[in-house]
Amino acid sequence: MDSNELMEIKEAQIASAKPIRLRCCLAAGCLYSEGEAIKEALENALEEEGLTDQVEVLGVGCMGLCSEGPLVQVDPDGILYEKVKPSDARSIVAALKGGKATAKIGDLSHPFFTKQVPVVLENSGKVDPERIETYIARDGYQALNTVINELHPSQVVEEVTKSGLRGRGGAGYRTGLKWELVAKTPGDRKYVVCNADEGDPGAFMDRSVLESDPHRVLEGMAIAAYAVGANQGYIYVRGEYPLCIKRLQIAIRQARNLGLLGSAVFDTSFNFRVDLRIGAGAFVCGEETALMASIEGRRGTPRPRPPFPAESGLWNSPTLINNVETYANIPLIIRKGAAWFSSMGTERSKGTKVFSLAGKVKHTGLIEVPMGTPLRVIVNEMAGGAPDGGKVKAVYTGGLSGGCIPAEKLDTPVDYESLVQIGAIMGSGGMIVMDETDNMVDLAHFFMEFCVDESCGKCVPCRAGTVQIYRLLDRILNGMGEDGDIAKLQELSEMVKSCSLCGLGQSAPNPVVSTLRYYRNEYIECIHKNPKRNGNKNAVKAAK
Amino acid sequence: MAVKTLTIDGRLVSAMEGQTVLEAAQEAGIHIPTLCHLDGVSDLGACRMCLVELGNSPKLQPACVLKVAEGMEVRTNSDRLRKYRKMIVELLLSERNHVCSVCVSNGHCELQDMAVELGVDHSRFDYIYPVERVDITHQRFGVDHNRCILCGRCVRVCDEVEGAHTWDMAGRGAKSFVITDMNQPWGDSTSCTSCGKCVQACPTGAIFQKGATVGEMQKDRTRLEFIVTAREKKQWIG
Repeated sequence: MDSNELMEIKEAQIASAKPIRLRCCLAAGCLYSEGEAIKEALENALEEEGLTDQVEVLGVGCMGLCSEGPLVQVDPDGILYEKVKPSDARSIVAALKGGKATAKIGDLSHPFFTKQVPVVLENSGKVDPERIETYIARDGYQALNTVINELHPSQVVEEVTKSGLRGRGGAGYRTGLKWELVAKTPGDRKYVVCNADEGDPGAFMDRSVLESDPHRVLEGMAIAAYAVGANQGYIYVRGEYPLCIKRLQIAIRQARNLGLLGSAVFDTSFNFRVDLRIGAGAFVCGEETALMASIEGRRGTPRPRPPFPAESGLWNSPTLINNVETYANIPLIIRKGAAWFSSMGTERSKGTKVFSLAGKVKHTGLIEVPMGTPLRVIVNEMAGGAPDGGKVKAVYTGGLSGGCIPAEKLDTPVDYESLVQIGAIMGSGGMIVMDETDNMVDLAHFFMEFCVDESCGKCVPCRAGTVQIYRLLDRILNGMGEDGDIAKLQELSEMVKSCSLCGLGQSAPNPVVSTLRYYRNEYIECIHKNPKRNGNKNAVKAAK
Repeated sequence: MAVKTLTIDGRLVSAMEGQTVLEAAQEAGIHIPTLCHLDGVSDLGACRMCLVELGNSPKLQPACVLKVAEGMEVRTNSDRLRKYRKMIVELLLSERNHVCSVCVSNGHCELQDMAVELGVDHSRFDYIYPVERVDITHQRFGVDHNRCILCGRCVRVCDEVEGAHTWDMAGRGAKSFVITDMNQPWGDSTSCTSCGKCVQACPTGAIFQKGATVGEMQKDRTRLEFIVTAREKKQWIG
């Protein structure tokens, strides 16, 4: 494979495209709501109408508006059909010839679409994730070609550093600096690892990227490998994402067959092999040291850092670990330049961020906005606010390790620093919106139950501390709380936060701390419901 | 190897490069409480008893895995640390069924000693009272999961000193438990050499020698040290 061959594939793919294209979403959400059947029905309808020479049906990845799925979009007319059923296929095809479609037509001028800036999701919903040619047709693998043939590894690192990209897994460590550390650490063998063990409740960004545009992540990883001097990569993907696994396997095979991965990439001396490692359902394996232990075939538990993976990672070799979304940013940074990338976002948080919207909003799904976009724009404008006339009460960002943001603070811009200031974190990008009917003690209770279940059990504060926090919350929630329980909760939370071994343990009490910070009165209300408090012995009996 | 000087609790201490803060403190006669640490086997930093404060950093670090550095300023016994250590012991005591009065290790137990040292006379937290197993299928030894604090010392001593790797950890979170072989009865284990190192390594009465009654099970760590030292110094060769 060389640049000419790459261009040939691109041109052939573009030339083969038919004038009218029906794009069917085949990412998990739509796929499992008859997405495949819709695609087939559309193909059959085209056949019947004899339109197959002008119109084609494409299976693509996520188009974002998951709550209205299954989605079908018509190019170049720019019509989006929502909640499509296989029985709508005939009318959709008829509409191409001027008829009227029975499926609901979506509003593409809604802020949900217009306020988005697709970088990571550039190809999402446009390319067929199972056909590498469609990715190449949209300039795929050109960044890798440029990097290998024109740039020195140190120049690649410099470009990433200049872009100001920060880790999208949650902590926001500067990506360029991480790459530089791994590149400069001496070692015969180095590894590049992609963390696709997305486990936070309400987070589905990585899943969507991998299901919609897997080659983008592979290209990002290959560029990283070239920059740091690695020739082996691992993608650690959770076992609960079978479609990601399937599409990654297909993508790796196709890229290898074209000489874009494996030995002699682009006919140079650069080799890069990528293997999948499937997680077995442990949340803690998203923590980098636990993840590496799991790749090595050991029990997936974290270990103290330092040494950091950049110094001593997989099999004690220097290892670069980045999140899916971080790698997915790389190809475009190389193609469009660091200056272009850093022109988006805020002073200290550059670029865009993908968020998954879930909970009590009209439009749930996936969006990508520039860093610094106020939460209000995301929640009220783009997601359309609470459904059924409800009122948004709070937004929970950052998954388990994050925190809740009350409605009064919705003007906070989403960037790493601002969110930390108000007691939440950017995290990987899950946003769960709650309305006035949601009880915050219940929310903390839910998250803590998750923590108890997912604690690996290695260190005492997380293993035993979360159990005690959960029991306190359980008591309070069920009207059995007592005075002093809140103080106990705070004391325990502080200890678990300060003493736990890994990031997950250290952030496990966050849901409690942040709900206590803004909704302490709800805890007090729950405690006041304790019948014992009110001196009513009969009520105590009844409560038992 | 270079020598590093650091301050531990206001005292100037010198240590060899590569040594841990715990080792440096021990050599200087400064006591840092530990539970999962065992001389001669690798450290995990799991029990969090040996957490220390460093300079102005708000982050606590486990002394057992923290390497000494020039000019390091370590505090091992602040009010904050004592408070946390006390809570950790309380959590351990409430987590499983630690009933000293009927325990073979009563009076010779590291968890009990730690509670005494830190002034833990009760636990403020709910006792969980989990239902735990007791495995006495082995001819000479037994394991009582009620008394296990999941420190993993048995796992490491069996793997690193005896080389058998009979013990391992299964489950996760509060439901973790130590297992022999593939979670078979200890008596059926084909890898166990019955060397008894796990018995000596266990800080509580969880792994014990059969035939001992309340308070009779005394652990002899010198036996482990003897083996490790002899191996390191190659005393058995030639």
